[in-house]
Amino acid sequence: MRGLRNLMDRLKPSFEKGGRFGWLHSTFDGFETFLFVPKDVTTRGAHIRDVNDTKRVMIVVVLALVPAMLFGMYNTGLQHFRAVADLAAAANIWQCFWYGFLKVLPLILVSYIVGLGIEFCFAQIRGHEINEGFLVSGLLIPLIMPVDVPLWMLAIAVAFAVVIGKEVFGGTGMNVFNPALLARAFVFFAYTPYISGDKVWISGMLKGQAVDGFSGATPLTTASESALTGGGLDLGGYSAWDMFLGTIPGSIGETSTIAILLGAALLLLTGVASWRIMLSVFAGGYLMGVVFNLIGADAYMQMPAYYHLIMGGFAFGAVFMATDPVTASQTNTGKVICGFLIGVIAVMTRIVNPGYPEGMMLAILFMNALAPLVDHYVVAANVRRRNARLKTANQ
Amino acid sequence: MSNKEKEPMFSAKNMKLLSNPLNSDNPVIVQILGICSALAVTAKLKPAFVMALSVIAVCSFANLIMSSLRKTVPPRIRIIVQLVVIAFLVILVDQVLKAFVYDVSKQLSVFVGLIITNCIIMGRVEAFGLGNRPWPAFLDGIGNGVGYGVILVVVGFFRELLGAGTVWGYQVVPDSFYEAGYSNNGLMLLPPMALIIVGLIIWIHRSWNRDLIEK
Repeated sequence: MRGLRNLMDRLKPSFEKGGRFGWLHSTFDGFETFLFVPKDVTTRGAHIRDVNDTKRVMIVVVLALVPAMLFGMYNTGLQHFRAVADLAAAANIWQCFWYGFLKVLPLILVSYIVGLGIEFCFAQIRGHEINEGFLVSGLLIPLIMPVDVPLWMLAIAVAFAVVIGKEVFGGTGMNVFNPALLARAFVFFAYTPYISGDKVWISGMLKGQAVDGFSGATPLTTASESALTGGGLDLGGYSAWDMFLGTIPGSIGETSTIAILLGAALLLLTGVASWRIMLSVFAGGYLMGVVFNLIGADAYMQMPAYYHLIMGGFAFGAVFMATDPVTASQTNTGKVICGFLIGVIAVMTRIVNPGYPEGMMLAILFMNALAPLVDHYVVAANVRRRNARLKTANQ
Repeated sequence: MSNKEKEPMFSAKNMKLLSNPLNSDNPVIVQILGICSALAVTAKLKPAFVMALSVIAVCSFANLIMSSLRKTVPPRIRIIVQLVVIAFLVILVDQVLKAFVYDVSKQLSVFVGLIITNCIIMGRVEAFGLGNRPWPAFLDGIGNGVGYGVILVVVGFFRELLGAGTVWGYQVVPDSFYEAGYSNNGLMLLPPMALIIVGLIIWIHRSWNRDLIEK
């Protein structure tokens, strides 16, 4: 550690203004503050700063994502070996994990290299500090992609999300939409066959490696189809426990509710994510599920409401996407309102619109767009209430 | 008119009327007008090009006619007269398209009719045609039509190339690309992407033409 510090101190002068590599200042600064908490203090006024700057906060989120990522790697292997009917390999945890590791690692690498590369270029050109926002997005993006998404497609989606979703608005902290979801939405609308249907969720199925008759459909897809055909509820043979544990087909990191809850616990304990948002998203989804239970027009509507919370990307979106501090609502009341509506819209989209078996992505993006409006009315209501109080006090 | 000295037809001032809308006064990327049709008809290059020609024709002749009528039309009813003139020109264009390029006319469908409501045309007639002599008004109409058309063609080119792998209906992305795993970008065929491309063009244009950057 000390050796690294000394090295940084020795290199620093040549990256300062006027030094040999002065033009690379922001790149150097980005690395230095990534490795060490910056020593800067405010020069005037009594500003107290938490030592936990944005980079440290981001690292907590990355750590919270690790359980979902590790389980995603294991599940990638498990699903693949099930699809090719290699039951011995499917029973071997390490073999599954190793297979998934080799599949997922390139996605993560491409996402980070492309995203950070663009971030560094922009910071360099604009003479800003390096924004740290991509540390989290870079890991989120692969986790919400199907495992077989081509790398060049991922690279384009990441570039789109970083440039159009973030840099044109002024960089980290200025973006309207969650960049990771924007990347997914980009792939969803641009390359639909690679991110929907029942072949893409299991590694190797697009190339026809699965045995005959094996269906790679996610429980969401089969449930949505069972509503259309009018038969009984079909979850593709997966039980609620499977969905909770995460041994089902789906995007890499989204399947395991348990692993996501572990991450959620870390986020809540450290106070990084808002419990109001998480709770209200789950509440909104559950209540909407109950409402559909009461309507009960088909098998999908009659499905127990809590199933919605453990299927598909609901839990992942609620814990890691809806709580994004930049794009979520800023006021406490607004957080509850937006979170609740995310849950409601997600479940409603799932059941009512067969074109989109998973509504979570669009629900969060939609509420991202509405969050400033909700905040505006929350603040206005507060002002009105206090004015009324003032009036009664003056009487 | 007669007591003024005669201005040459292609004086520097008149040429400015033609060239300004192409750059610092572009109707689409500077005045942000005519965005709706720029999103709607640019999924393919051919309709975008035909649309551009139609708007050039309507815009220039609407300016010419309204400029010739400017002393006889009472100001209070000028809008309705403009509408009649523009509608007449649009119907003419529509009939020509149906007669000679029927398939494109079908693709453009309602958007030919909607040229009537294109803000650029009304805007130019109001802002320029009614206050200037016919010849400069005609040039101004052509300039603005071309300024609009250039953006349309650029957007249409990229949307068709990246969205369908073709240009002007001819395949340009080789089959070997598709076999290697390349795939067309479906988002390019949806109108939101046209908006984003227009945005990117504005970005490039302003980083080039720094006077236009708003404070």
